Amino acid sequence: MTDASLSGANASTEVPLKRRLRRAERTRQVKALALIAPLLVFLLFTFAGPIAGMLWRAIDDREVRQVLPQTFAALASWNGKDLPDEEAFAALASDIMAARTSGTIAIAAKRLNYALNGFRTILTSTARNLKTMPEPGTAKETLGKINPAWRERTTWTTIRDASGPVTGFYLLAALDLVRNVDGVIVAAPPDQAIYRSLFTRTFIISLSVTVLCLILGFPVAYLLATLPPSRSNLLMIFVLLPFWTSLLVRTCAWIVLLQSKGVVNDSLHWLGIIDEPLRLIYNRFGVCVAMTHVLLPFMILPLYSSMKAISPAYMRAAASLGAPPVTAFLRIYLPQTLPGIGAGSLLVFILALGYYITPALVGGAADQMISYFIALYTTETANWGLASALGAVLLLATLLLALVYGKLVQGQQVTGGMKN
Amino acid sequence: MSDNAPLRTPSQRIAWTATIIVSTLVFIFLIAPILAIMPLSFSSGSYLTYPLPGLSLRWYDDFLNSPRWMNSLKNSMIIGVASTLLSMVLGTLAALGLAQWKSRFKPLVLAFVLSPVVVPGVITAVGLYFFFAPIGLTGSYLGLILAHTALATPFVVITVGATLQSFDTNLARAAASLGASPLEAFRRVILPLILPGLASGALFAFATSFDEVVIVLFMAGPEQRTLPREMFSGIRENISPTITAAAVILTTVSVILLATLEGLRRRNERLKGGG
Repeated sequence: MTDASLSGANASTEVPLKRRLRRAERTRQVKALALIAPLLVFLLFTFAGPIAGMLWRAIDDREVRQVLPQTFAALASWNGKDLPDEEAFAALASDIMAARTSGTIAIAAKRLNYALNGFRTILTSTARNLKTMPEPGTAKETLGKINPAWRERTTWTTIRDASGPVTGFYLLAALDLVRNVDGVIVAAPPDQAIYRSLFTRTFIISLSVTVLCLILGFPVAYLLATLPPSRSNLLMIFVLLPFWTSLLVRTCAWIVLLQSKGVVNDSLHWLGIIDEPLRLIYNRFGVCVAMTHVLLPFMILPLYSSMKAISPAYMRAAASLGAPPVTAFLRIYLPQTLPGIGAGSLLVFILALGYYITPALVGGAADQMISYFIALYTTETANWGLASALGAVLLLATLLLALVYGKLVQGQQVTGGMKN
Repeated sequence: MSDNAPLRTPSQRIAWTATIIVSTLVFIFLIAPILAIMPLSFSSGSYLTYPLPGLSLRWYDDFLNSPRWMNSLKNSMIIGVASTLLSMVLGTLAALGLAQWKSRFKPLVLAFVLSPVVVPGVITAVGLYFFFAPIGLTGSYLGLILAHTALATPFVVITVGATLQSFDTNLARAAASLGASPLEAFRRVILPLILPGLASGALFAFATSFDEVVIVLFMAGPEQRTLPREMFSGIRENISPTITAAAVILTTVSVILLATLEGLRRRNERLKGGG
């Protein structure tokens, strides 16, 4: 309180100590931020920006508007109930002719074909057969003659729904939903509804792998946590070596082991257990085995950390109070490992959700997970909107689970449970 | 017997034996595939089956004399080393800053910095593909180096940050009070003490880049294909013994990295124990 008066003769000119400290602290904080800033800027450019761009593509819908501008202008006053008027047909004819000259018709055809199967044919056949601009007042008749689809209301609502600039179309499609002729969200036709089953499949594979990892990982983590350090450190190599071995090496190794003339089949044949080689790979079994192998260390390490923090005194206390071993394990030991089980399971599940390489190499067509389709739509079919929408759903699921994981691990750090 | 081993009643004995048996089986499950692939690379035959018809180094010869594999090895080294250096600079600076920064936004910033580890590889790859293609960074070394740096930096922030946590800031203050400039204090006091943390950060960063394949699949042109990328197409087409030779070489690199890390950890523990 009297710090200013303490500094003696020139007290009036000197800045109070409190303020000087505060200023020094502020400089320190600014310097700290300046050290973090380069990484933040870098990640904005190489990570956050690209992902934001991908999310934008999931709702971006400006392609058709750029190709058919006059049509959209004419459709603005359309009630959507009957067929549009002659003016809209004339505008469409003019747009199509212009697009044919500039070569942009394929862009619109591709986008509209996503919404209505066969639209590509409608548009390209019209572009091919529309030699000259129809006489005034005959556009409706001319287009209807070239392709009867122009007399259908759905054809026009499909165009209208692609007016952009943003759309829920791809996101709805990723959830097997579409807007019907009246703009109501309904279930997609069964032949197009593949994504919900894809998400279910991704979820089931991830869950199976997580459960397998937990079953296999729990006893190992317990052994490692219970043995004296000299021996557990040695055994830890069995966990860390696969952890550090290249994912591709491990996937390759499983193919070598499990293929029809592979080591496992040969051994079983030699032992007389089987006559015909078993199909162990390029199916669900192979995917689960290889993924469990890849992700098991991610389960063992958090489990080990949480078990290491449990004092053996608790179990001894339970025993001395008369608890049978099974009861002591279930009521004393197991509850204390729950944070480790939670952290390990969430980590494995999160990593499994986004897996691409292993299922792509050891799975069959029916075992591909969501990542495979994102990659497929990006590089093969160039349906970027749908790829981005599927990516958005996967990202959302991952981030939500990561949030839960963060809370769980943070809680553990307070108690010193998560040392590694 | 150790104080920890629960070996009192018969039922506990049975439970303990069961744990050992199950664990042994899991250890075999973890290690066997990696061990099984190794001898195949020394086979003189061209089939990936046991028993080996004979021993030979022909597949290593094949690997070393193939311009495709050698080019991929070279690419992996170039991209790995460059992204390690870049992520070391960015990650170490950020870790130093984060250690001093006091703000309620810190958890948020930390979560953002670490998020490249959590976000599925395909999402990052697709995002980068869209983002880098228009600016000419796909099919270039620079694009891959930048992308791998983004993936590797979180590991540097974690390892260096962990080292800084156990670092006694009084030492830096002592250096300053003895007249050292901040730069000199960093170079002569802080740096030598956090060096093991930096080294393990670098190893993690290098391993991340050296093993990464999803981003390379999307972004690399024919010129930038890395070793994992060549392995991916090799496994897809038809696994030849040359791939097993590549696998052994990759595994050897991992073992060297792991052993170095373990050495660093021991050294660190010894220093802590002595201090």
